[in-house]
Amino acid sequence: MKEKKTVNIHRLYAEDPIEADRLLFGRESDPVSRRGFLRRTGLSAMAAVLGGPIVFAEHMPGGLLPALLLQDGNEEALKKLGKHTGLTILNDKPWNIETPAHLLDDEVTPADRMFLRNNGLMPTSIDPATWTLTIDGEAVTKPVSFTLAELKQKFTHHSYRLVLECGGNGRAEFDPPAKGNQWTVGAVQCAEWTGVRLKDVLNAVGVKSNAVYIGYYGGDTHLSGDPDKVVISRGVPMAKALEDETLLAFAMNGKDIPLAHGHPLRLVVGGWPASASGKWLKRIAIRDRVHDGPKMTGDSYRVPCKPVEPGEKVPDEGMCIIESMPVKSVITSPKSGAILDKGRTLELRGHAWAGDLSVKRMEVSIDFGASWQAADLKPAHNRLAWQRWTANVKFPETGYYEVWARATDSSGRSQPMVVPGWNPKGYLNNATHRIAVRVR
Amino acid sequence: MSDDKPIISPEQRAAYDRVNTMLNRLTLVAVGIVVVVVTLMFFPQGLDLGTADQVAATEVPEVDPLEEGIVDGIHVETGFVVDEGWELVRANCTACHSSKLVTQNRADRAGWESMIRWMQETQKLWDLGENEPIILDYLAKHYAPQRKGRRARLTHIEWYELEP
Ligand code: HEC
Repeated sequence: MKEKKTVNIHRLYAEDPIEADRLLFGRESDPVSRRGFLRRTGLSAMAAVLGGPIVFAEHMPGGLLPALLLQDGNEEALKKLGKHTGLTILNDKPWNIETPAHLLDDEVTPADRMFLRNNGLMPTSIDPATWTLTIDGEAVTKPVSFTLAELKQKFTHHSYRLVLECGGNGRAEFDPPAKGNQWTVGAVQCAEWTGVRLKDVLNAVGVKSNAVYIGYYGGDTHLSGDPDKVVISRGVPMAKALEDETLLAFAMNGKDIPLAHGHPLRLVVGGWPASASGKWLKRIAIRDRVHDGPKMTGDSYRVPCKPVEPGEKVPDEGMCIIESMPVKSVITSPKSGAILDKGRTLELRGHAWAGDLSVKRMEVSIDFGASWQAADLKPAHNRLAWQRWTANVKFPETGYYEVWARATDSSGRSQPMVVPGWNPKGYLNNATHRIAVRVR
Repeated sequence: MSDDKPIISPEQRAAYDRVNTMLNRLTLVAVGIVVVVVTLMFFPQGLDLGTADQVAATEVPEVDPLEEGIVDGIHVETGFVVDEGWELVRANCTACHSSKLVTQNRADRAGWESMIRWMQETQKLWDLGENEPIILDYLAKHYAPQRKGRRARLTHIEWYELEP
């Protein structure tokens, strides 16, 4: 890797904008009007940085950081959020950030490489000492609240690596386009979560036989600023809620959960759309019906129960809640765009996962799916964790290739090579991941 | 940065100057359109051309695209295409979320309308009143769907030498 020299361009401009212009671009503006460029060099240097000519340069006031450069602000923003600067910001209010495939290479996803999907505004001040979780709803014998300390004290701790994938991962590929953040491949992660089992807590609380579903409530604020409006309140049926791996987690990768990912307490439900894993968890309602909180209904996290033609209008009663995520895989090494010499073996590496199921077979193709070669596939660290796969491929000729990766789950279902069934919000795109390779 | 040699070639400079001239002309056309629109707003019954110049002089402020942060027809801060209605979109559509949520989506007019209805029914978006058709026209024009087919080809490939 080449050393890249970095300057904090924003600080320079904040401290002395005119001097910053001179230092960075050799630009000197007319001392009286502070406009324009006295020396042409400044303009061309600035144009070179911006990647194009600057229109109306004579009107440009001195010390004005061209707004395009402000996009460097992305880097600052990512750092502030504790994110790797290679991540892609899809939306900055609310934060929606995705990870390029090659930054997902770690067995256990570190916090800085973890995609971020917020639906509202994050809580700003959290005091773990006074934080409580309330379990209530139609199907509890009586509502009970726990402090964080009580949860940690009263119940056995468990750790699991769990795949959390955004239901809309891959949305960008749907045609006609699907509404929402245009995720490509990187809205998935597998971190190690530590907490107590929801089922242990529910046993202590006492759940009635009419329990059907759980619904979480978190500490985020609606984008409209209305403090009483619930941002998102989703959940899962009791059977999923009572699985061993469904946790009330207070730690991620051995540390406190980062604020953006749900500090100080998060419901974690591996293998289902990550939106089922409520952040900043304050309350869980045990419902006597399918939970009907915001984003449980309409087109949100629901897909047509029966296949529809792309773009078709689907009546509300024809929509079904997404449960387990489908089988999928990603190539995490090499990064797309590798150039290699003929005769060289290319080592491939990635992860595969299958919602509630496991992956039983992993294959790669270098001829657009005409033939497939088996990859080496490791078992999961625990149920609902992703599985490591590796493969070595050789290319017969020089030229342009695409490497495609395809996983098959334990029930025999494989990833499709084209974008699967269209749905209004573009969920569940598990088409094979592809990278480009050039052999010379 | 003390080197005084220009970074861009004379050809590029010439091209730049051409673009600059063109854009200046476009601005004149845009100002012209604004004049007509403003005129029609103030004098819906029409008026004799003799007063049009006066209107231009008094009613239309000089617009400086760079101070407004507009480069190549894009408002840099929001990423919105600068065209009729963009300021209404900026005013109504960046109050809750950033413009990035708008500019990354594509839909036809009906699709945009359904997103607006969804926000009005569930996310506290207000009634857009008489601005709604202007906003919808703008969105449908500049953020219209493009055909992708069942699977698009790989694009934006950054080629690099694979290390041994
Ligand atoms: C009162 C608040 C508010 C205003 C004003 C608002 N929106 Fe939204 N909008 C939302 C919320 C909340 C979401 C959901 C955000 C999320 O899920 O990340 C949203 C989502 C969207 C989406 C994604 C749609 C989807 O299905 O996820 C688009 C596109 C959008 N808004 C466009 C607009 C446009 C265009 C306007 C101006 C007419 C606008 N918004 C004004 C609150 C608002």
